[in-house]
Amino acid sequence: MSFEMLLSNAAALVVVVPLLGGAIAMLLGSSRLAWSWSLICALVTFSLALVLLAGVLGGQNISYEMGAWVSPLGILFEIDALNVLLITLVSAMGLLALLYGLPTIDQEVDRHQHAMFFGTFLICVAGLIGVSITGDAFNVFVFLEVSSISTYVLVAMGSKQNRQALTASFNYLILGTIGATFFVIGVGLLYMATGTLNMADISRVLAETGSDRVVRAAFAFIVIGLGLKTAMFPLHTWLPNAYAFSPSMIGVFLASTATKVALYMLIRFLYSVFSAGQSFETAMFDYVLAPMAVTAMIVCSVQASFQSDVRRLLAYSSVAQIGYMLLGLSMGTVAGLAAALIHLFNHALMKGALFMAVGIAGLGLGVVRISEMRGLGKTMPLTAAGLSIAGLSLMGVPLTAGFISKYYLVIAALERGWWWAVVAIVVSSVLAIFYVGRMIEVMYLQEPPKTTDDAAVTVRSPILPLIALYVLVIANVWFFFDPSLPMGLANTAANELIGGGGS
Amino acid sequence: MNWTPEIGLALLLLIPALGCVGILMSGKSPNIRDAVNLVMGATLLANVVALVIAVGEGARPTWLLVDIGGGLDISFTLEPLGALFAALASGLFLLNTIYGIGYMRGNNAKDQTRFFAFFAVAIAATMGVAASGNMLTLFIFYEILTLSTFPLVTHNGDEKARRGGRIYLGILMATSIGLLLPAVIITQVFAGSTEFVAGGLLGGHLSEFLIGLLLVLYTFGIAKAALIPVHMWLPNAMVAPTPVSAFLHAVAVVKAGVFTMVKMVVYLFGIDVVRESAVSHWLAILAAITIVIGSVIAMTKDNLKARLAWSTIGQLSYVTLGVMIATPLAILGAALQIVMHAFGKITLFMCAGAIYSANKTVNISKMNGMAKAMPWVFVAFFVASLSIIGLPPFAGVWPKLLLFMGMTEPADRWLVIALILSSLLNIVYLLPVSVNAFMKKPDVEPDSEVALEKPPILTVVPPVLTAISVLVLFFMAEPIMEYLRPIFEGGS
Repeated sequence: MSFEMLLSNAAALVVVVPLLGGAIAMLLGSSRLAWSWSLICALVTFSLALVLLAGVLGGQNISYEMGAWVSPLGILFEIDALNVLLITLVSAMGLLALLYGLPTIDQEVDRHQHAMFFGTFLICVAGLIGVSITGDAFNVFVFLEVSSISTYVLVAMGSKQNRQALTASFNYLILGTIGATFFVIGVGLLYMATGTLNMADISRVLAETGSDRVVRAAFAFIVIGLGLKTAMFPLHTWLPNAYAFSPSMIGVFLASTATKVALYMLIRFLYSVFSAGQSFETAMFDYVLAPMAVTAMIVCSVQASFQSDVRRLLAYSSVAQIGYMLLGLSMGTVAGLAAALIHLFNHALMKGALFMAVGIAGLGLGVVRISEMRGLGKTMPLTAAGLSIAGLSLMGVPLTAGFISKYYLVIAALERGWWWAVVAIVVSSVLAIFYVGRMIEVMYLQEPPKTTDDAAVTVRSPILPLIALYVLVIANVWFFFDPSLPMGLANTAANELIGGGGS
Repeated sequence: MNWTPEIGLALLLLIPALGCVGILMSGKSPNIRDAVNLVMGATLLANVVALVIAVGEGARPTWLLVDIGGGLDISFTLEPLGALFAALASGLFLLNTIYGIGYMRGNNAKDQTRFFAFFAVAIAATMGVAASGNMLTLFIFYEILTLSTFPLVTHNGDEKARRGGRIYLGILMATSIGLLLPAVIITQVFAGSTEFVAGGLLGGHLSEFLIGLLLVLYTFGIAKAALIPVHMWLPNAMVAPTPVSAFLHAVAVVKAGVFTMVKMVVYLFGIDVVRESAVSHWLAILAAITIVIGSVIAMTKDNLKARLAWSTIGQLSYVTLGVMIATPLAILGAALQIVMHAFGKITLFMCAGAIYSANKTVNISKMNGMAKAMPWVFVAFFVASLSIIGLPPFAGVWPKLLLFMGMTEPADRWLVIALILSSLLNIVYLLPVSVNAFMKKPDVEPDSEVALEKPPILTVVPPVLTAISVLVLFFMAEPIMEYLRPIFEGGS
């Protein structure tokens, strides 16, 4: 099979493989077998994503007509610089999360549920990739629900560790469904106004007919619906508990992908379905999105500083970091959008690593609260070092990818003349020093808990989670020295979206 | 392969890095480890001396480590100011290593391998600061210096050490990320690079308002220069073992701070821009206030190391004052102050450590008559005190003289009051320490035989050597000024 042929079908396969693979995994029964099978499926999915990435980097956007139904009637899969970034990210994080997950899942999920768990996980991956890849507005809704419903299940499976996972999942389910409903109402209104569901087609029709009240209502519904899924402040209340009480592998995966994909969808709608020049959209950017983003960056960083549960701390920090991305996209400039996309990518790397490190500490020492991390620098030096490096990246210290994100975000803000945004970025970074510093301090400055024979405990971490952690930690450093991959894609994507190349 | 300045530049970082690895690998046998440590220090110094000579002959070795894209790169360039700072830091580092080995062995300190390994990282970071070719690179090494000295500050590991360490890291990180990093990024955005350019990078690029804003961001962002109100990390770092205090105060950390300050004014802003800025005048006044307040608080401290710490805060602001006045003479004064104060203060700290090693005395009020047991220590202390006060024929007089001569503007003139006041206060808080040790009778204590312990020899020789240097440097001011002359060339 030639590369061309593979490329032309990869767009479909990258969704189909994890979707079918997930269904098969559920039938496998045995925990190890299901895990191995899922890992193979994730590996194949990731390879397919790399094929797509190679294709896009080679300068061609890929489109695939599902079932050979001609668009705009059929469902069209379209891959450009923007979503290939997401597809690569989601498939890579899915693979790493699985690699990381086996020992933690043994501890955190009932054994007879393992096959179910891994199967659902693959379906969740398929859903997220599907959202990213499809060019059909209703299809977005379908895949969004595929991923969301499987996420509710996965979060709820954390109930063996902590019964609160059930309420967290229920909360998430209610709010997530409201979000999805808003979104589908918005899509319905758009269909009324334009008579098509193909996103490029909607955009074309809207450009011809201009906007009326129906379109504006659709816009509002879609922004709020996707805002809920993105955990846009103040619609983020479902997020901290969902991240904190789910099995740690799910925390890793969700923190680095789920909100990112919703954010991607938001970008797609704001910039390519609706055109960014519309007056109501500019007003929304200036008076809603940007203030909310800045509020999130500061308020949620403060909230993170006061958490005692490590994963809730990281979750609040995530909401704050989503604020950075929303700030970037609300600038409405190429530089701002590119900065948002770069941060989207980098933040996945750092949060993934942080959640992994915390999960490994939880596996070894049962760490849940920050105070229980004391002496981690001595008992689990590799994990503590990984956590510290990812933490520095979160602060935005040079030599880590986090610096690159903040650098481009500040440049974009200055270019737009938004000095207050620069101040907010700085304040939020300083707050990040506090909450990351708290963890580092406890790990390195406090004595580890003593065992009965007064010897300091040393814990051997299982090797697979450490490998996954260090892949991400190294990526955090790597993408400082060579940020060309995310930057190239982000710049191309931002130019395509704003420079009029919407379709 | 023959030595070239370019290779020497790379060796600045490689030698301490290899030394660190060597120290960690030889941790099992302390003698080999300490030998590795000394060899590293000596090789580094030899390399720096060769570089200093090369730079003096006009070489400007540069090294582009990595180009990140988007106008960002990590690169190194050695110019006279950096060469001088590297020479100072590596020379004092060698002495401090000898002293540190004596001190840590004399006090049976724990975890010595880890201790010296972090020292090696810190000196590598200091060399990186000295040789940085742009502000971004400097910032990176500035942060590495903060992080690598943090385990040194908290080395004792008790509650007090942790609290001191928390404040140390908290203030230095918060200011550098919150103020310095934005300043670097703003510089990058408006000037297109952060490169150190002779005559100043920013001249003509920015409005008066932006210049003022940036100057404020830089001045407070470089908290290592300990200008009030970002000075509190320094007294809190006093919980560290004495070799660390010497390293913080004389060799690296605060010196990296004021060095960055000089670099920033000379190569980023350009001295003309700073001199004409209204903001720099207010910052000069703040520096003068810091000088006086530092000295006043030093007077109230009975703990010798705390007194020296507050004295450092006052003395550092001489440098800040000099760069804010920003006439060529004042800049020279600031640069000389970095060198001269380093030798004086490291002597004082090493003496304090020697006294502590001998009989665990930290309070000045308990030191009466102690000179009998350790005359050399107190002679060295006395000489260094005179230099800090600024009396000839000791090195410390030059910077003060140059600062005074540099204050050509009438508005600056009255700042000289701060200098005079500070020198008087220095007399009050420094001289009695050694004078009382010589003149007063020791307090009668029941266990008086303990009070007359002698300090370990390795903790006495280094301060005596640095005290002699203070004398020698008095005669070296002219060549040093001549060496620094090229930094004013180029630009407007």
